[in-house]
Amino acid sequence: MDTFIACHECDVIHHIKTLPSKGTAHCIRCGAVLYKHKTNSLERTLAFTLAGLILFVLANSFPFLGLKIGAQVRETTLITGIHELYVQGMQIIAVLVLITTMLAPLLQMMCLVYVLLPLKFGRLPKMLPRVMRFLEHVLPWSMMEVFMIGILVSVVKLAGMAKIIPGISLYSFLALIFVLAAMIVSLDSHLIWQKWEKAS
Amino acid sequence: MNSGLITARSAGLISCQSCHLLCERGKRSADRICPRCGANLRERKPNSIVRTWALVLAAFIFYIPANVLPITTVISLGKAQSDTIMSGVIYFLHTGMWPIALVIFLASIFIPLMKLLVLIFLLISVQFRSRWRLRDRTRLYRITELVGRWSMLDVFVVAVLVALVRLGYLTTIEAGSGIIFFAAVVVITMIAAMTFDPRLIWDVLEKNDESPVC
Repeated sequence: MDTFIACHECDVIHHIKTLPSKGTAHCIRCGAVLYKHKTNSLERTLAFTLAGLILFVLANSFPFLGLKIGAQVRETTLITGIHELYVQGMQIIAVLVLITTMLAPLLQMMCLVYVLLPLKFGRLPKMLPRVMRFLEHVLPWSMMEVFMIGILVSVVKLAGMAKIIPGISLYSFLALIFVLAAMIVSLDSHLIWQKWEKAS
Repeated sequence: MNSGLITARSAGLISCQSCHLLCERGKRSADRICPRCGANLRERKPNSIVRTWALVLAAFIFYIPANVLPITTVISLGKAQSDTIMSGVIYFLHTGMWPIALVIFLASIFIPLMKLLVLIFLLISVQFRSRWRLRDRTRLYRITELVGRWSMLDVFVVAVLVALVRLGYLTTIEAGSGIIFFAAVVVITMIAAMTFDPRLIWDVLEKNDESPVC
């Protein structure tokens, strides 16, 4: 049955056809996106993932914001910020921020490296099905881009109170958001499953 | 409009929710495991309607303290000023930064409320086996699922403010309990949107539709 696909939003069965370059297959009944043609999906996704991992390390090793009040300068990295929340009795929020801005994006990139790197060199990662299923559950909770807008709003809010010094990691964050978005767009899970099926 | 279209269910097939492989529906429930990825095969998300209702109601209950209780308290020179989500929006309006006021209003007040109302509308219309604008209702669901994550904005704003402006200054910012309820609303509505199965909207078109509407 691997030449057919059922729409995940209305259950209608479609015949899978080869798409032209950059083409998208929509469900004829409800209009949902069924699958897309993606050029060099494997290589592109892998490249974006590796770039993302480097930016992730950068973003977390340097302070992302500095606050200058009078002569005092305070700098905060993401992890000390989360720790600060935890200490102040906001444990739930601290855990939520930890998951959505650090754990989920990191796990998402690590899963993809685990799956894509061996596939690129013609090998088959043993735990591929389990990792791919895990990835599906992690994806919705990675919220880097929302966090970035959150930083912007807080900067505006604090602007009257203190001088804000943007840190190195703020720029890494900004780049990371675009890299992560590009990574998700270029990812073609149908292709990965096809490779897995052929090999096993 | 159903002519010529076969659904997986009517063909005795199940689409794997994880890898989208079309599988034969096994007779015993033990057979219903995707041969490709090993996920459990389910024709529809289990107890979708009941679970979504429960989550939507829970979110509605949390929505009240989330908007009434303060989300931040700014203590400056011994004076304390508490802000709720709405007063934060009004603050930005008064200082003339209406684009930011609009963003916060959309993310923190409009989107969570619309999301809950849309889910309730979808749940009720499915329960009444409505055939009204199936395609548009599916689109409504798609948008709801897509924008939900942006509600997290205010949680991040409070987190950054509290982490940055800490004790020892003339001014400190403390997080209020409202933000915990608000975070709960966002997380619960996200899970509610994931639990709802849009295929239920289309099930009324099936000829011998025996889907339990409960």
